[in-house]
Amino acid sequence: MTAVPDSLGLVGFDEVLERYDPAFGLEVHVELNTNTKMFCGCPATFGGEPNSQVCPTCLGLPGSMPVVNAKAVESAIRIGLALNGSIAEWCRFARKNYFYPDMPKNFQTSQYDEPIVYDGYLDVEVEGEIFRVDIERAHMEEDTGKTTHIGGATGRIHGADYSLVDYNRAGIPLIEIVTRPILGTGAKAPLVAKAYVAALREILLGLGVSDVRMDQGSMRCDVNLSLSPKGSGTLGTRTETKNVNSLRSVERAVRFEMSRHAGILDAGEAIFQETRHFHEDTGTTSAGRAKSDADDYRYFPEPDLVPVAPSREWVEELRASLPERTADKRARLQVEWGYSELEMRDVWAAGALSLIEATVAEGTSPQAARKWWMAELSRSANDRGVELAEVGVTPAQVAEVQKLVDGGSLTDKLARQVFEGLLAGEGTVAEIIDARGLAVVSDDGALGSAVDEAIAAQPAVAEKIRGGNQAAAGALIGAVMKATGGKADAKRVRELILEKLA
Amino acid sequence: MPEITRDEVAHLADLARIDLSDAELDHLAPQLQVILESVASIQGLAGDDVPATSHPLPMTNVFREDVVTPSLTPEQALSGAPAVEEQRFSVPRILGDEQ
Repeated sequence: MTAVPDSLGLVGFDEVLERYDPAFGLEVHVELNTNTKMFCGCPATFGGEPNSQVCPTCLGLPGSMPVVNAKAVESAIRIGLALNGSIAEWCRFARKNYFYPDMPKNFQTSQYDEPIVYDGYLDVEVEGEIFRVDIERAHMEEDTGKTTHIGGATGRIHGADYSLVDYNRAGIPLIEIVTRPILGTGAKAPLVAKAYVAALREILLGLGVSDVRMDQGSMRCDVNLSLSPKGSGTLGTRTETKNVNSLRSVERAVRFEMSRHAGILDAGEAIFQETRHFHEDTGTTSAGRAKSDADDYRYFPEPDLVPVAPSREWVEELRASLPERTADKRARLQVEWGYSELEMRDVWAAGALSLIEATVAEGTSPQAARKWWMAELSRSANDRGVELAEVGVTPAQVAEVQKLVDGGSLTDKLARQVFEGLLAGEGTVAEIIDARGLAVVSDDGALGSAVDEAIAAQPAVAEKIRGGNQAAAGALIGAVMKATGGKADAKRVRELILEKLA
Repeated sequence: MPEITRDEVAHLADLARIDLSDAELDHLAPQLQVILESVASIQGLAGDDVPATSHPLPMTNVFREDVVTPSLTPEQALSGAPAVEEQRFSVPRILGDEQ
């Protein structure tokens, strides 16, 4: 293997585009939320004690036989249909053979040249422009076990490093969705990549087939990227950046690899086909494994499983039961909620559509739901570089807070403090209101005396109001709000002032 | 006629983590060639109307319902492990990346 420099300097993004056309592709792994594993009845839930959700089949013990989970096949077909794909009339599983202890069988049961879904597409929107992402295939496979590497020389002799393996995750159903190379996106390549993953996540959420939590690994992305000389229409040598596990990281990984590839190509060197690791903290990648002999997985048809041949009746039944298409849903909700085109676009881009929908379903008005998700909560998500769905506040909590605002026991200002508390993990809504003392002073007696004091302190203002200048009430309202530490309902204070000075 | 070279046998042995000496490679490559030739004579019998078959049974869609069945206990699961630590299988240091 010849030594190839990992990086020959990064080229500025705009400069990359002057000389090169980017092409990217995405491989997305989605863990299905079935009750059981792909080929055995072990629970597929997350978080069990180590090696408590394993059986002879998922441990690959001699004599055990796999049987396909019907629900997982159904989910695969529904995903394929939602991605506008064709469903194979007949397909098989295959063994992917490799030596790595994350699979106790020494192979992973996957699909090779006969995926259950092929030739789909997804249209994604970036800044008002639609890009079509062609999906080459989606296939069924099983997740691997979790390895923990125990590090170096803690009083041990040389070469004592080892790994510990928990096979609870081994065998959980996975769907791998693979795009074709996506060309012609130019400067928008990083954004289209991100928008595709966001749109895919939205569809999977709508189908209810997966938790699609990128932070917990139930959705994982590999990003392929290559550059070719501008206008050449060819495909350059690609690199594959593994485990890019947030929407923001997908965008950053594409952007970084474009700059890195350009540096190497500018120097007249060749891109070395390899896998790369993404580093969340710096937004950079580093060299992983070279594509080599190790990629010779000697796939062959799985002899222990018979072919899957979904009847056309079944496929059509599943097609008829698909949820509303995302684009249709978006258009319908925009009308129902009375949002402007721009408001809806922002909501969509922020990944807030499902969150607002769930909040509205809990009884909150669309306007109030949008206000909290798009202001307070989006800001916090952006600041912390996490997805809105993972910001730490649920639609039910937003609805609970807004209900208190509507009922007059919280003001908007106090509600913002409740969200602050929720984002800081201070407990439930009720606990935060209690601990922070956020209840509105709604007792007219207590408010009344605060109003009286304000009137007494500012006789000139009071006189103006008596004379019919209601706008002057603002100064007194301000004084009362200050006196009550912002816990009064300004509307009620105004009413009291006007009553007293009528 | 399919042919298997000595280099290919060495490559396959490497993938399968089987350490073969030069003498063994010299010995095995021609043997494998004979086996391939025998299989090829069967291939010659299959006409265009005979599809490649990976499974002898004319069956499809053998599924099970998505219903949890009892797993092993961790003690049972780990009983055959050469080494155990923290209720996990302990394995020698892994070289190279995850797949």
